[in-house]
Amino acid sequence: MLEADNLECIRGARRLFHGVSFGLAEGELLFLQGKNGAGKTSLLRMLCGLSPPESGEVRWKGASIRKLADDFRADLCYLGHLNAIKEELSPLENLLASARLAGEDLAADDALDALAQVGLSGREDLICRYLSQGQKRRVALARLVQERRPLWILDEPFVALDVHAVDWLVGIIGAHLQRGGLAVMTTHQPVEIPAGAVRVLRLGA
Amino acid sequence: MFRIVSHTIARDLRLALRRPADLASVLFFFIIVASLFPLGVGPEVDLLRQLAPGVLWVGALLATQLSLPRLFADDYRDGTLEQLALSPNPLGLMVLGKVIAHWLVSGLPLALLAPVLGLQFDLPTDALWVLAGSILLGTPALSGIGAIGAGLTLGLRGGGVLLSLLVLPLYIPVLIFGAGAVDASVSGLGPGAHLSLLAALTVGGLAFAPWAAAAALKIALE
Amino acid sequence: MRMIHWFKFSAPSTFYPLAGKLIPWFWALFAGFALAGLWISFFVAPTDFQQGEGYRIIFIHVGASWMSMFIYLVMAFWAGMGLAFNTRLSGMMAQALAPTGALFAFISLWTGALWGKPMWGTWWVWDARLTSELILLFLYIGFIALTRAIDDSRRSDKAGAILALVGVVNIPIIYFSVKWWNTLHQGASVSLTRAPAMASIMLWGMLFSAFAMWMYAVAVALMRVRTIILERERHTDWVRELLLDRS
Repeated sequence: MLEADNLECIRGARRLFHGVSFGLAEGELLFLQGKNGAGKTSLLRMLCGLSPPESGEVRWKGASIRKLADDFRADLCYLGHLNAIKEELSPLENLLASARLAGEDLAADDALDALAQVGLSGREDLICRYLSQGQKRRVALARLVQERRPLWILDEPFVALDVHAVDWLVGIIGAHLQRGGLAVMTTHQPVEIPAGAVRVLRLGA
Repeated sequence: MFRIVSHTIARDLRLALRRPADLASVLFFFIIVASLFPLGVGPEVDLLRQLAPGVLWVGALLATQLSLPRLFADDYRDGTLEQLALSPNPLGLMVLGKVIAHWLVSGLPLALLAPVLGLQFDLPTDALWVLAGSILLGTPALSGIGAIGAGLTLGLRGGGVLLSLLVLPLYIPVLIFGAGAVDASVSGLGPGAHLSLLAALTVGGLAFAPWAAAAALKIALE
Repeated sequence: MRMIHWFKFSAPSTFYPLAGKLIPWFWALFAGFALAGLWISFFVAPTDFQQGEGYRIIFIHVGASWMSMFIYLVMAFWAGMGLAFNTRLSGMMAQALAPTGALFAFISLWTGALWGKPMWGTWWVWDARLTSELILLFLYIGFIALTRAIDDSRRSDKAGAILALVGVVNIPIIYFSVKWWNTLHQGASVSLTRAPAMASIMLWGMLFSAFAMWMYAVAVALMRVRTIILERERHTDWVRELLLDRS
């Protein structure tokens, strides 16, 4: 499904990585590892199509993601290390607005349900500025509850989460893989995710 | 296709209304700039009446330009812009939505405020109407062209000053036809030709600028 | 297949030595045209019975104005090529041309002022052409400021390219609007467009000096592009070898 072919990344005058290739099939999870500055985030952004590789190609279902463009993005869910939530809006408003801008219809009840699952019930209408770091991260993660797109690309999803929330997130990702979804993620925390196949890619080794 | 535009407008308007201070500071900037001129050139009514179209238009232009850096900066900083770029909808349409929202909280209130300031300059009633109309017609083009500059300077140090350097020369045609319309009305020539040219600039600007701005944003995100 | 042949020169490593070989030729052409142009403008062209000797500055003024506009078009062309084909050299070309274009726009304004003072007794008139030239200078400065403000060379090239293309679309609109504004506010200003019937020898003088400036622009742009290539490719093997050979 997702193939990376000989990817090369240059930032400024430095070559972060080159010759990165892998293939990922349905129900598989790719763990991206490497030191700080090895280019993990750069690789994830490359897989999303945000930044073009210096050389090489990313393919989705056999076609280049540059050619697929919107068709690829309709299959993709990306969670960066930025939360992409608005401080001025409440968690509920954030969730609804981001779903709409992503081109999806999300009913208010489903959104409330998702917020309850991430443990934010009672705070749906509080302005996000007053939430803690971990709670803001949960608002961002609430997107994943209703997310039915096949490819998830997650950049450090466990950062700022407590043990309870980590368990919940592991479950959500596991369920996504069980449905036949794909996931690529980076993390510094040791987590066990129940998946058909877990692959590990080490950058800068 | 129009739903994504309206969703973007709705979201940006909601955000703008949660920060009314931003809107107010743009309007007060306009008021202050316009009030400085009589203090600078003296209170002779004839002179002020002659200066009014240019002064009010330059004030509106600078006020619009002042609010541009925030057009994408917040979305860039908190990661929303990445999500917009990764949405399966064309980024150009979302930029169009943001441009329209920007106009609704800058150009539109400026147009409503301008006639009041025009009174300070002793503009005749006809000219006041033309002033409001010309700002109403011209400012969407300013927001559109400004979006290109805001996209190009996104995340750069000294972005605000750079932005004005890029955008102000491109504003000149709008300024000429906008102030010209009021001038023509004051001198009794009739503002029709100016206003149609202004409308043409706005239509052209809104048709092309969002796509150029979207291209600039994609480059900034790389 | 012919395309491949052309794209070969868009690789900086191939272009660098090619530009090096071309530069002396352009300097030679510049010298030839400049001598011819100066000779005509100082010794052949007759003294103008209205304007005296001062008018001779137009031999520089007109050529510089032409070049300032022409270079913006060339810059936008390279910008478009860079966006369309993603060739690295195109962006470098655009960045190498911008300072020269700005220089010519500045010379055009400066000589225009020098010419205006004896002619109309004022350094500056808000004439449609001078005003447009001033705005063109602003556009150049914007381009240079933007591309210098971005550290990453790829982003710098692409952002500059978008700005150059937006500028080139806007230039006719700006020119038209300034002309319109000028005709409405006539009276005070004197139009530069009302040039006296030009003797053909004067036209030749202008053409030669314009050619000289053209050749100068090419030579300087090539030199600048070589510097940019070295700076950007300093980590590649071919630049290291080149520098080792030199030392």
